Amino acid sequence: MNKNMAKKISTEPKMNYDLNLLQDMYKKMLLIRRFEEKAGQLYGMGQIGGFCHLYIGQEAVVVGIQSAQIDGDSIVTSYRDHGHMLACDMDPKGVMAELTGRKDGYSKGKGGSMHMFSRERGFFGGHGIVAAQVPIGAGLAFSHKYNGNKNVSITYFGDGAANQGQVYESYNIASLWRLPVVFIIENNKYGMGTSVNRSSAGENLSDRGKPYGIMSEIVDGMDIIAVREAAIRAIDYCRSGKGPYILEMKTYRYRGHSMSDPAKYRTRDEVDKIRKKSDPIENIKSLLNKMGVEDKTLKDIDTDIKSVIAEAAKFAQDSPEPSEDELFTDITIN
Amino acid sequence: MTIEILMPALSPTMEEGTLSKWLVNEGDSISSGDLIAEIETDKATMEVEAVDDGKIGQLLVAEGTEGVKVNTPIALLVDTNESPHATIKNIADKPYLEKEKIPSKSTNDIPISIEANSSLITVREALRNAMAEEMRADKSVFVMGEEVAEYQGAYKVTQGLLNEFGDKRVYDTPITEHGFAGIGIGAAFGNLKPIVEFMTFNFAMQAMDQIINSAAKTLYMSGGQMGCPIVFRGPNGAASRVAAQHSQCYASWYAHCPGLKVVTPWSSKDAKGLLKSAIRDPDPVIFLENEVMYGQSFSCPDDDNFTLPIGKANIEKEGNDLTIIAFSIMVGKSLEAAEILKDKNINAEVINLRTLRPLDIETIIESVKKTNRVVTCEEGFPFSGIGAEISALITEKAFDWLDAPVVRVTGKDVPMPYAANLEKLALPQVDDIVSASAQVCNED
Repeated sequence: MNKNMAKKISTEPKMNYDLNLLQDMYKKMLLIRRFEEKAGQLYGMGQIGGFCHLYIGQEAVVVGIQSAQIDGDSIVTSYRDHGHMLACDMDPKGVMAELTGRKDGYSKGKGGSMHMFSRERGFFGGHGIVAAQVPIGAGLAFSHKYNGNKNVSITYFGDGAANQGQVYESYNIASLWRLPVVFIIENNKYGMGTSVNRSSAGENLSDRGKPYGIMSEIVDGMDIIAVREAAIRAIDYCRSGKGPYILEMKTYRYRGHSMSDPAKYRTRDEVDKIRKKSDPIENIKSLLNKMGVEDKTLKDIDTDIKSVIAEAAKFAQDSPEPSEDELFTDITIN
Repeated sequence: MTIEILMPALSPTMEEGTLSKWLVNEGDSISSGDLIAEIETDKATMEVEAVDDGKIGQLLVAEGTEGVKVNTPIALLVDTNESPHATIKNIADKPYLEKEKIPSKSTNDIPISIEANSSLITVREALRNAMAEEMRADKSVFVMGEEVAEYQGAYKVTQGLLNEFGDKRVYDTPITEHGFAGIGIGAAFGNLKPIVEFMTFNFAMQAMDQIINSAAKTLYMSGGQMGCPIVFRGPNGAASRVAAQHSQCYASWYAHCPGLKVVTPWSSKDAKGLLKSAIRDPDPVIFLENEVMYGQSFSCPDDDNFTLPIGKANIEKEGNDLTIIAFSIMVGKSLEAAEILKDKNINAEVINLRTLRPLDIETIIESVKKTNRVVTCEEGFPFSGIGAEISALITEKAFDWLDAPVVRVTGKDVPMPYAANLEKLALPQVDDIVSASAQVCNED
């Protein structure tokens, strides 16, 4: 299956998939979407400050990948990180409270949207500098290999980051040293306001692993089954000690780059078409329908999630700001 | 006709070397390009080629001789038809042939006494010992960097580590500072303790984003979750005749940034004690060595558990008239200046800062209260330098104790020139410290 580099994989959703697994994935994707919608709303209300990059449209990527991980695997990503944290089972309350800059946030309110972490959940951030997480992800893979455990590092970055030099420095070393790292390029077609075509030479970003001898695939990132199956292939490959693997996820973000982006670089029509044709949540919903799950069941799931999110939003607004003493804590350990 | 073959300079900082092996015998005919000897420099063992054709008349320096100064005649080359020895004059005067060990040059020509339970070792050896000891004690400590493994270190600081610890603990990296610095940081987030060597800190500029944005800030941004126990080490500051891009002191750049610790050893004792503390430290440490110091010998404790605390300065010489505050190579120059100042009836106190962040301001202030006069010394540029910071701190905390304005001795505010005379002018010299000190002491 993975003998050809950058082979386009098309996967028909399989009716024999485990129903519980599909429902769990649906729940998680919906949790991310409702969370992000609420975050957008709180941003509009002035409850969230600074930069806030929403993940709406890309949910199938992180949930599909997460479904193929095991305990102890490490995850690292960019500043568009809310979905990744929820996929790692971090508490929506703690994530939302960090967005509002409160003491109960994952970083005690000192990191914000772009900088959150949970060692306990294997989530190593949340990094604000484009592509800085890529060598860090390779370094986490180095620690797995050094310690001789079977874990892998899942290292996400966007199409914009894919042009940064440190990505290729990391490819080179990861391949030389056979580090267990899955590089996941979330290609949502725009690096801020510049389309991939205008910023990136060559045909596919995934092809860029070839000179380093890194296996790669292009995956329909709007189809969670395709994502999951590619993730299983990639992670198994890394876990067996063969070295790094690249998955280029063709995905799409519905919202602007950040909350302050008017998104004039694309038409409303473009967004609507993709939303209508290939929304990842609608995709899995129709699969569940076909497998006999009733609309009411799905509706109930949505209702439950909405209440979880409402609770998180309330928690995030009720939580106090960090105490002023926190200004001078956590600068160094000793 | 007889040609003297001279001890060659094989690196920018080489002043002397060991003639480890002759590859020719007296009487051998050689052609230009033939290998004639192996010479060990402070960086590596290198083969020396003949420049001229001829016959080896006489070998003037025996194999194994250490401390042979650059430009010393090491052999005589005669025309091929001459018999060896026949035309050579004054051979009897050449005192070299007896194999001898010339004692390692002590720093600053100030005599060094070897302390109890200590040995006279170079800064280079002290650094290597520190790493080896910590690697023996803690399996999560590993070394990575350019040429640190098979080449044995570009400056031989990691010599022998690959042999002892193997390639799972000592990693040669490609020449990609940004990438391998980031990988080291990721490994530190993964609970390992990387020692990342930069061949020089000039090249760490490529990795600046990872050092500052990832290593220094993540603990804070994570509310205390994400410690980064990493050491970035390598030579910093001016080397010798390598011009602007390879000769800069970055001390104030790193010292500027919260989240980092910045350590600047001077002697072998500093190097060992502080590097061991840096490796054990849970925070990211920038460990600024100095290439010129690598070959200098000092008394250094033998104890595997000897450490020096980060954040504590050392008074290298006590005095009452003036405080000279220095770090790294400037400590030695300050001690030399203090010797000269004795002749001017000025008794200078010399503080070796050892750590720049956190700065031991208490030791500085205590000294200022005693001497009331201060000169700061650094190789770096004056503007926003370490001296500027110290001067501001003294103004804030001990203004009333000053009898004269603080004077800064620094590198000149220019990119480092290549020409020997200009380079000397650009770098702070002992004389600069002496005259700054005299100036400060003459103010009332």
